[in-house]
Amino acid sequence: MIDLGRFADEVGDTGPVTIAGLSTRGGAVPGIRTVSAPTGIEWVQADEMTACCGAGTPVDELAAALAEHGQAVALPPGGSVGGALALGRSDVRRLGWGPVRDTLLQARYVSAAGTVVRAGGPTVKNVSGFDICRLLVGSQGTLGFLGELILRTRPLPACSQWHRLDDVDARRLGLLFASLYRPSSVLWNGSTIWVLLEGHGDDVAEQAARHGLEPCDGAPPLPSGSRRSMPPADVTGLTGSFVAEVGVGIVHHAEPWEPPQPDSRAARLATSLKCRFDPEGRLNPGVCP
Amino acid sequence: MTADGVAAAAAAELRRVLHPSRVHTDATELGLYRRDASSIDGRAAIVCFPTDTAEVQDCVRVAARYGLPFVARGAGTGLAGGAVPLDGAVVIVTTKMNRVVSVDPVHRLAWVQPGVLNLDLTREVAVHGLHFAPDPSSQQSCSIGGNVANNSGGPHCLADGVTASHVLAVEVVLADSSVAMLGGEDPEPPGLDLRGTFVGGEGMLGIATLICVRLTQSPPAVRTMLMDFESVEDGARTVSAVIAAGMVPAALEMMDRLCIEAVEAYIGAGLPTDAAAVLLVEVSGLRHGVDADTARIIDIGVAHGARTVRVAQDEAERQLLWKGRKTAFGAVARIKPNYYLHDTVVPRRALPEVLRRVYEISERHQLMVLNVFHAGDGNLHPLLVFDKREPGVMERVHAAGEEIVRVSVEFGGVLSGEHGIGLEKRDLMPLMFSPDDLAAQEALREAFDPDRRANPWKVLPSPAACGDLQHVPDGAWV
Repeated sequence: MIDLGRFADEVGDTGPVTIAGLSTRGGAVPGIRTVSAPTGIEWVQADEMTACCGAGTPVDELAAALAEHGQAVALPPGGSVGGALALGRSDVRRLGWGPVRDTLLQARYVSAAGTVVRAGGPTVKNVSGFDICRLLVGSQGTLGFLGELILRTRPLPACSQWHRLDDVDARRLGLLFASLYRPSSVLWNGSTIWVLLEGHGDDVAEQAARHGLEPCDGAPPLPSGSRRSMPPADVTGLTGSFVAEVGVGIVHHAEPWEPPQPDSRAARLATSLKCRFDPEGRLNPGVCP
Repeated sequence: MTADGVAAAAAAELRRVLHPSRVHTDATELGLYRRDASSIDGRAAIVCFPTDTAEVQDCVRVAARYGLPFVARGAGTGLAGGAVPLDGAVVIVTTKMNRVVSVDPVHRLAWVQPGVLNLDLTREVAVHGLHFAPDPSSQQSCSIGGNVANNSGGPHCLADGVTASHVLAVEVVLADSSVAMLGGEDPEPPGLDLRGTFVGGEGMLGIATLICVRLTQSPPAVRTMLMDFESVEDGARTVSAVIAAGMVPAALEMMDRLCIEAVEAYIGAGLPTDAAAVLLVEVSGLRHGVDADTARIIDIGVAHGARTVRVAQDEAERQLLWKGRKTAFGAVARIKPNYYLHDTVVPRRALPEVLRRVYEISERHQLMVLNVFHAGDGNLHPLLVFDKREPGVMERVHAAGEEIVRVSVEFGGVLSGEHGIGLEKRDLMPLMFSPDDLAAQEALREAFDPDRRANPWKVLPSPAACGDLQHVPDGAWV
C-alpha cells in the first residue's frame, strides 16, 4: 500500500488546490497551489489480472511493466495513469478493450477534507457498497484527487494486426461490421476502414482473408479539431473530414464541436454530488467535467 | 394518524392514480412481498404494480406525500435482503414493465423495461447471434432492473464483465419523483458517469424505469471441459496458473467433493464422485484460439495434478456439464432441507487457504459446507446446508457465515462479489471501509436521495441519527 499521508497533507483541507500530472490532458488549473500524486508501480499480479500504482505514474511506464508480465491495461497511451482516469477518455481500441471506466477497481484518493478515502475493492469482482470509482473516473479531479490505484489488467493478445480496406461506403460498412467477430477497433473515414484484429494469429489471418482486409502499419492519424461522442448509429451520417470509431460512437473530427448539454436533472445531480464531495469548491476550481 | 391509517390513505390515493387492481394491501399479498430470496423478513404496507415511468413517478410521489419509504422490486431473487421492505414501505414492483422496447442488432444495443427477465432478453436477441452477457444463476427468473440494482454477475462475467459493463443508459425515477436520463447510447456523454454510479445502487439511488443494454456477440466456437483433482488446492492453483498464462476463459467454475456428490446423485452427469474438486472450464471465440487455449489449459491442469480431463464432445454433453453446475443449488436439497448461500471474493492466489479456512469454520460450527463457485474471478459461494428444525442451528449458521466473510476480507478480499450488501452484510461494511470511506458513500446516496426515502436502512450502517429503526429484522445474521 502506498503511503498517501504526505500527499493528503499537501492537499490539506483549506484553500483552492489543483493537481498536475504530466500536463498531456489539459494540465493543472493555473495560478493556484499545485500538488502531484505519488508515482511508481507498487505491484503487478498477472495471476490476478491486477496492478497497483501511484496516480502520477506515467501510463507508458505502467504499460511497459505490464508487458513484461504479458499484460496490458485499457488506458490511452501518454500522460499519467491518474490523468487518464480523471479524464476518462478511451483510445481507439475501446470496441474490444472496453472503456477506461471499467479498468479502475479500487482508488485511494484524497478528499476535499484532506482525508484519504478508499473507493471500490482490490478484486476483479466486487459489489460491496456504492460505486464511487465510476464517479471518480471522468470527474477531472473535482471530487477528489486520485492517489493510489488498483487497475484491472488484461492479457496481451498473441497477435495484434491492423488492416485496411478502401471503397467502403456506409452500406458496406454495415455489412462488414455485422460479420466481423469482436474486432478490437473499426475506424472509418467515409471511404476507408481500418480494422484491428487481435487474438490467435491464425484467427486474425482467417478473419482478414474472409473480408478482404489487407494488413497495414496501424491506425490512421486522427483529426484533432474535436472529439465527438454520438450514438454509434449516427456515425454513417457524418460529413466532412473525420475518423469514426464504428460500434462505439467516438468521432475524431477536423471541425470544432460544442458538446450537448447533459440531461438537466442529471446535471442537477452532478451539482449535488459536487456540493457534498467538495462543499467549498476547492478541488480543481473552475473545472467542469 | 396511526401508521395503519397513513398506509390506508396512501393506498386510497394510489388507487386513484393506478388502476385499483394494481394496488394491493391484503394480508396475503403483503405477506408475499415482505421478503426476497434471502431469509430476511420485512413488512410491506402497500404493494403496487406500475406499468410505465409515469406510474412509477406516481408511486414515489404518493409515498413521499405520506412520509412512507419505498422499495423497488423486480423478480425478488436477491439474496442479501436488498428488496425486503422495512417499516411499512411501499413496494414498487416492476414486473409489469416487461417489454423489450427496441433492439438494434447492428450496433448491438437494446432498450428494455426493468421487468424484462434476463434470459428472455438473451432468447429474444439470439436470432441476431447476440446475447446479454451477465448470466446470474437466477437468469431464468431475475429481471434486468434487478441486475442493474445489484450489478449482477454470473459464470460468464469472467471474460465479459458484470452488469455495469453492459449498461449504456438508465432512465431513473429519483426519490423526489423526477426523472433523469443517466448515460446514453453515446459512449462519453457529458458530465459525471452517473450511469455507472447508479448501477449497483441497490435501489437506494432511485428506480430504473428504462435501460439501454449492450448486447454481446455470441462466440462461433465453444469448448467446455471438466477436470478433476485429488485436492481443492490443486484445482485452485490450476485456476491461478491459467490466468497467469494470459488466458481468460469464458468461464472457470469449481465444485468441491460434497457438491459433486450431491449433483451427481441429482442428475447423473457422470461426474467423478471420488474427486476432491472439479473445474468446469469453458473457452470460446474463434476456432484456432479456442483449440490453442483448450490444449494449453489441459496441459496446465495436468501439470497441477488433474486426474482426468473430459472435453464435451457435443452440445448435449456440454449442456449436461453445465446442468451439473447450474443445478447445484437444487441438488443440495437431497442433503438437508435448508441452505444459506454466501458470496465473497478473494484474490485467486488466496483461494486454497481461504477454502481451507471455510472448511475449518464449518467443521467448528458442526455444519456441512458445499462449495460451488466462480473460481476464475475468486468469487466464493460457500453453501452451508442445515435443517432449521434443529435447535440452535441458525445461530451456528450465522456465526459461521460471519466468520467466512471476515476471513475473506482478511485475505485481501471483499464482502460481496455479486449478491450485494443489502441488509445481510450492512453491518459488516466497516470490515472493508473506514468511517471516512463510508461517509463518502453516504454523501453519494444523499446527493441522489437527501430524505433517504429510497430503500432505506440498506447497504450503509446507519449513523446514530437513525435511532430505533437501526434494527435488524428476523432472519438476518448481520
